[in-house]
Amino acid sequence: MLDFMDQIPLAEWTEKATDWIQDKFAFLFEPIKDHFGNFMDFISGDVLTSIPPILFILIVAVIAFFVSGKKFGLAVFSIVGLWFVYNQGLWDALMATVTLVILASLLSVIIGVPIGILMAKSKIANSIFTPILDFMQTMPAFVYLIPAVAFFGIGMVPGVFASLIFATPPTVRFTNLGIRQVSKDLIEASDSFGATGSQKLFKVELPMAKGTIMAGINQTVMLALSMVVIASMIGAPGLGSQVLSALQRASVGTGFVAGVGIVILAIIIDRITQNMNKAKE
Amino acid sequence: MAVVEAKNLSKIFGKNISQSIKLLDQGMPKEEILKKTGNTVGVNRASFSVEEGEIFVIMGLSGSGKSTLVRLINRLIEPSEGSILIDGKELATLDKKALRQVRREKLGMVFQQFALFPHRTILQNAAFGLEVQGVDKSEREKRAEESLRLVGLGDYMHQKPGQLSGGMQQRVGLARALANDPKVLLMDEAFSALDPLIRKEMQDELIDLQSSMKKTIIFITHDLDEALRLGDRIALMKDGAIVQIGTPEEILMNPANDYVEKFVEDVDRSKILTASHIMKRPETIDIEKHGPRAALERMRREGISSILVVDESRRLQGYVTADDASDARKKEVSDIKEILQTDILRVSPDTPMQEIFSMIYDTPVPIAVVEDSGRLNGIIVRGAVLAALANDGEVNLDA
Repeated sequence: MLDFMDQIPLAEWTEKATDWIQDKFAFLFEPIKDHFGNFMDFISGDVLTSIPPILFILIVAVIAFFVSGKKFGLAVFSIVGLWFVYNQGLWDALMATVTLVILASLLSVIIGVPIGILMAKSKIANSIFTPILDFMQTMPAFVYLIPAVAFFGIGMVPGVFASLIFATPPTVRFTNLGIRQVSKDLIEASDSFGATGSQKLFKVELPMAKGTIMAGINQTVMLALSMVVIASMIGAPGLGSQVLSALQRASVGTGFVAGVGIVILAIIIDRITQNMNKAKE
Repeated sequence: MAVVEAKNLSKIFGKNISQSIKLLDQGMPKEEILKKTGNTVGVNRASFSVEEGEIFVIMGLSGSGKSTLVRLINRLIEPSEGSILIDGKELATLDKKALRQVRREKLGMVFQQFALFPHRTILQNAAFGLEVQGVDKSEREKRAEESLRLVGLGDYMHQKPGQLSGGMQQRVGLARALANDPKVLLMDEAFSALDPLIRKEMQDELIDLQSSMKKTIIFITHDLDEALRLGDRIALMKDGAIVQIGTPEEILMNPANDYVEKFVEDVDRSKILTASHIMKRPETIDIEKHGPRAALERMRREGISSILVVDESRRLQGYVTADDASDARKKEVSDIKEILQTDILRVSPDTPMQEIFSMIYDTPVPIAVVEDSGRLNGIIVRGAVLAALANDGEVNLDA
């Protein structure tokens, strides 16, 4: 009954499509792989590691102190936590992870916010992007690794690419939501004074939606961070690769230590981005 | 010249509007159109014109389409049919850019829920209209500040709206609309969200401001007292259609149909009616021509106990009572001036009846209605006051 036709060769098609993209867009992927890869190596290998750890820790502590409303809790946690990571000899891995997370998040925001705005403004865009976002979020993250490697080889760049796909949806969704939630009254008010579309967007809608968008960005950053272990499977350096190698050697101790490092980084980034949101409201 | 003119303006919410328009033009009522097409009639062929410097109140209960109508005037809602003329220029067919221009230059709007931008300071809120016009910062802040001072908020410029009370927030809303110096001010239930005392205060202030600004104001309200207080003319709406347009007196005294009559039934007429509405033609005698005998004769004939005395150009001189006139006749005094009493209460023709009410309570003689020139217009007797309050049709509107 159900066997009325042969197996649909979706897997085959996908492979063909990927091959085709890889082939046709090599001119795009190659320079991205090279330049972006070099750029990231430069950031994590040269810039961040050339900052003395003590200075880096202090900078983070000062930022934490001010964004949390001049309270000491987060600042103290940052100092102790980052010192612990240093103490465990994971500083270089931490810097690589920070680079990956920051770049992936930054790109997610740069791509996600405009798409969110577009979705809020256009019904058509909304109905096109919604299923794509669902797809991006529910497809197991490991699956992205395969085309990422195909396009960008192994290393930091495909890691960012995979993180990007996984982490962008919250920013898009929250931006869309935030703009749609701006009260009709305020939209009418700005219309009634003859504001143009872009004036309305920049003077009313985005400022009003800022809190919601920031919540989305916070989620994006956390998701990007959660990708570091997965991305390490395709050779992205950092705390994730420490976890991965511990896993391969079944060494609970080193795995736990690297895991704690990720948790510490996650807490610091989460609290700082959350507090930035609150501070601005 | 009419500043705002609406001709046959309709708004239908829903799909396939052209069919509903046809039905509407055939005079089918709102409910039947809803049943037949599933479309809701927001505004039903409304026509009116608002003169320069006038406060034109559009009033109706909720769901009567008044808020939709005001939004059709600045096209926050696109009309389904009909035309809107602002300063004689058709608005309904303008493209986006030209529409923006009209909104910027000619139309200001005040909202029921204030609709202030919470992320901006009071000053930045008031300057918003100028900001979108591209007026530079120092100039727009100067004008916004002037506008805020006008509504008495000069000291709050750097606060955020959330820090202000409702009444103050609506002053900011008003200042924001005024900062552009628009010709027409659209006020959508502007005072309805305020508590009664503040609302009255704001009404007084609007009347006050209007006496110096002379804006053309279209004011939406569901509150009849507010409509009667503010309106130079009132348009009463029901089911999206305008039922009657007229001055407050016309609406009160000559309701166009049962609906309006029912609506105005409970109005406190004493706040609306003035001396000229309830005065009667006075019996008078001429101070030069008539003596006590003639006065007494007139009083006896009319069955009254006192009579007003005027000079040859009908300026009020005083009154004589029947008792005095009778005494004078016995003593054979022939000059009416010797018994003339001058302690008569005088009011001007536009004194509100509410004031007269308290005066007439403890005065035995009628109150005289006198123009500024001293010319006698009429008298008010206790009975007429009561009659007007009861609205038994005894009121003389033509006076």
